[in-house]
Amino acid sequence: MAGRITISEESVPRLPPGVKLRHDKARDQWLVQAPERVFVPDPIALEVIRRCNGEASVGAIVDDLAKTFQAPREVILGDVTEMLQDLADKAVMTA
Amino acid sequence: MSETGRNPIDFPMALLAELTHRCPLQCPYCSNPVELEQAGRELDTGTWLRVIEEAAELGALQIHFSGGEPTVRKDLEEMVARARDVGLYSNLITAGVLLDEDRVGRLVDSGLDHVQLSFQDSEATGAERIGGYPDAQKKKLRFAGWVRAAGLPLTLNLVVHRQNLDHLPQLIELAVELGAQRAEIAHVQYYGWAFRNRAALMPTREQLERATATVEEARERLKGRLVLDYVVPDYYARRPKSCMGGWGRRFLNVSPAGKVLPCHAAETITGLRFDSVTERSLADIWQHSEAFEIYRGTDWMPEPCRSCERREIDWGGCRCQAFAITGEAGATDPACALSPFHDQLVALAEADSGADCRDFVYRRFANVVRRNTPMPAK
Ligand code: SF4
Ligand code: SF4
Repeated sequence: MAGRITISEESVPRLPPGVKLRHDKARDQWLVQAPERVFVPDPIALEVIRRCNGEASVGAIVDDLAKTFQAPREVILGDVTEMLQDLADKAVMTA
Repeated sequence: MSETGRNPIDFPMALLAELTHRCPLQCPYCSNPVELEQAGRELDTGTWLRVIEEAAELGALQIHFSGGEPTVRKDLEEMVARARDVGLYSNLITAGVLLDEDRVGRLVDSGLDHVQLSFQDSEATGAERIGGYPDAQKKKLRFAGWVRAAGLPLTLNLVVHRQNLDHLPQLIELAVELGAQRAEIAHVQYYGWAFRNRAALMPTREQLERATATVEEARERLKGRLVLDYVVPDYYARRPKSCMGGWGRRFLNVSPAGKVLPCHAAETITGLRFDSVTERSLADIWQHSEAFEIYRGTDWMPEPCRSCERREIDWGGCRCQAFAITGEAGATDPACALSPFHDQLVALAEADSGADCRDFVYRRFANVVRRNTPMPAK
């Protein structure tokens, strides 16, 4: 029986089986598809989710985002961790 | 992130493909119409494959293979593969008693994304009495193991009512033990087979209050391990649910014979005429079919819905329930306290919940009746 997933800087996040990120042509938007639900990630969430490839750690993802968007690392780390934890609690992210 | 269902969208979200009405189980609350479709009238493989393509072109994102029991169709793998090829997220809704491990493997290889498995009760005796199928529990448990071993995400479908609601904690425990990610706990509604069996199914108010407390406690305790979807039944509520996210707004349901319905229970409304995929394209039906247009949006609404601030939140509630109770599908859902039939619905629910009745009219071809007679309006 799996316990609750806790996201930290060392976690290596990825989409669990059955959850997919895809571009929806009809609506021209990105979607996260999960059993019985569809999420529309906002532009920031999309940047994060795209980087959750099962190889990069949260720390590495945050480094990359800080560089790309020229934003303070500490702030991004807090936001990203919180967001990934929320997604993990909804069973649309794992690590 | 927001869930898309909250914004109006002109494309359907999902196709419910009811491949067949054949099923080895006989649940007395089955959402299939009380006139079951015979095997000989089912759509052939080629037509289903075309429907799947048309659904994707129309903008649908998901396909739910259901029934009856969808795995009685030997061509299910072919359909799952086509859904994958056109980019639809595929979900199998099954009772899980007809498959062996090889077939689970073949479905996975065809691209199946997710499995929803029903349980009728937490222990075998009750489950097999409710489902009317011996040995079901053992088979379901084995099937769940194969699904998890194949790496597929699993949701348990738990339809609850007076005769199993006291086992809700055990049912939730079962979901945890089986490694399910989600459990969908649904109360029976007032239409179709459940309407015929309401005296044996209606829960009491105390049962409902306990169930809600059980779910709240489990949600907190199992946070991050099991997602619990639970909707309080609306006959004891003040306002109705938004049924199907609004009539003809998010879902397309194709019946075994090819009729396109706005909701899986829509055929319980006698007098509605449904178009068939054998005669018109899915897009044409979605946009223009009379059965979709008639209760779409808010124009059809009578008072009190017409001028109500919730009209685009709950869309006037469930048409099938309105029909079953008032005889008028275009009436305000009697689950709403503003409906003139609300007191009648509550009285009915209370009387049914106290009925001294355990026996079911099982869902089987021998018990099929010509039509679902609505309650006479007072
Ligand atoms: S509700 Fe029961 S009888 Fe109806 S299709 Fe599902 S398993 Fe079969
Ligand atoms: S009056 Fe109609 S729209 Fe308003 S809450 Fe009741 S059912 Fe919903």
